[in-house]
Amino acid sequence: MPVTVRIPTQLRSLAGGAAEVSVDGGTVGEALHNLEAAHPGFGERLFDTGGTLRRFVNVFVAEEDIRFLDGVATPIAEGAVVSIVPAVAGG
Amino acid sequence: MAHVQSLRCRECGRTYDVSPRYACEWCFGPLEVAYDPDAARRVTRESIAAGPPTIWRYAGLLPVDEVPGSAPVGWTPLVRADRLAAELGLGELWVKDDTRNPTNSFKDRVVAVALAQAIEFGLKTVACASTGNLANAVAAAAARAGLPSYVFIPANLEPAKIATTAVYGANVVAVDGSYDDVNRLCTELAAEHPWAFVNINVRPFYAEGSRTLAFETAEQLGWQAPDHVVVPIASGSLLTKIHRGFTDLVDAGLLDEAPVRISGAQAAGCSPVATAFSESSDTIRPQKPDTIAKSLAIGNPADGYYALDVVRSTGGAVGSVTDDEVRAGIRLLARTEGIFGETAAGVTVATLRRLAEEGVVRSDERVVVYVTGHGLKTLDAVGPAAPTATIPPTVDAFRAAFPGAAEI
Repeated sequence: MPVTVRIPTQLRSLAGGAAEVSVDGGTVGEALHNLEAAHPGFGERLFDTGGTLRRFVNVFVAEEDIRFLDGVATPIAEGAVVSIVPAVAGG
Repeated sequence: MAHVQSLRCRECGRTYDVSPRYACEWCFGPLEVAYDPDAARRVTRESIAAGPPTIWRYAGLLPVDEVPGSAPVGWTPLVRADRLAAELGLGELWVKDDTRNPTNSFKDRVVAVALAQAIEFGLKTVACASTGNLANAVAAAAARAGLPSYVFIPANLEPAKIATTAVYGANVVAVDGSYDDVNRLCTELAAEHPWAFVNINVRPFYAEGSRTLAFETAEQLGWQAPDHVVVPIASGSLLTKIHRGFTDLVDAGLLDEAPVRISGAQAAGCSPVATAFSESSDTIRPQKPDTIAKSLAIGNPADGYYALDVVRSTGGAVGSVTDDEVRAGIRLLARTEGIFGETAAGVTVATLRRLAEEGVVRSDERVVVYVTGHGLKTLDAVGPAAPTATIPPTVDAFRAAFPGAAEI
């Protein structure tokens, strides 16, 4: 099931400069796993060595922070947009 | 300025050229300004005293020089607060009254530094994600610099903060959502527009401006550090940088030592850092804010982890207070010290009261409480004020309404 992943500027070089990438995935975890498969390098940037999302990486599904949902197990509806956003802004 | 060496990731230590960037490309950690350590040691108490009565007296400790012709910012009063201290059972208590800035909040400090850096970067448009005080500060500073500004705010912001932004000619963009939604939108926009988003792509420089609150506090105490300070927490940047300001003064040889305990204040309706502190947790879970203290309503605080580290390592605490306590805190500060603070001040004073009752803030400590914004910005929070009495214009009517007044 294709979903759109919005890529922050910091990681676009891994995707050939693209701001958006289309990948398959029924959950956030699957989509990010398939992102790594299609564009190697994303995994180690988004996840720490223990396999959890780095604390300064925010992921949103349909504008909602996945920490308010089911984390990487959050299901993604077809056509939904997954955004990866640096967490250090604001205040 | 020559004494800035690079931007350095606080998480992994990778360094970057001085440029409009804010997050590490490797781990997304926050970038911080890395200074030439020798430059700070050339700053003396005398050279500071010879400077202007603004934050720019500390230019040797800041990443950039003042924009010529900018409004005077900072060097706000540090006032002894004996009547408030007596109410709270404390001893030596001081209020740092940062309502006394050009747009009546501490945000003028951070914007002054961010705008100067933005101009040095050659950026032509100023923008921000704001809970209100920053909106005021960005709009005013951009107007004075002759630059266009775009200010993004949550649509439910206090009307006074919208009026006090729009008057400067800023483009005010109300976003249907919380501050965290606004922040995320601006983070994405910052990637598309070559603008100076002061608290996003210029954030490493912006944040440095908050250190001046520590510099001024120490200088105004006769180059001594307080024992304990109480600071409101929104993103956590202010608290983190006040701590850094004190340690920087020690590193520069301007203070002998600064074992300052740092405590934080949040509203119960938006208390991700206070919750992590009280649960002794290393994880800060984001919250959906629901509080009258909109200037502190950041449910996903960028510097929350660092604020928590500072509080724990210095022996402080993070308290949280209800909206009723916030209103009471505003009134307590006003009626004891004649200082009218906004809701964030109510949060901070009410938290100080709680921490004093719990014995965390002690009567043998020299305490400084930071009042970061003016009460006229959040007038609705204290409710519609009725006169004590309404009378016909006669002396008899006055005497009847206030029978005891003549005896005082």
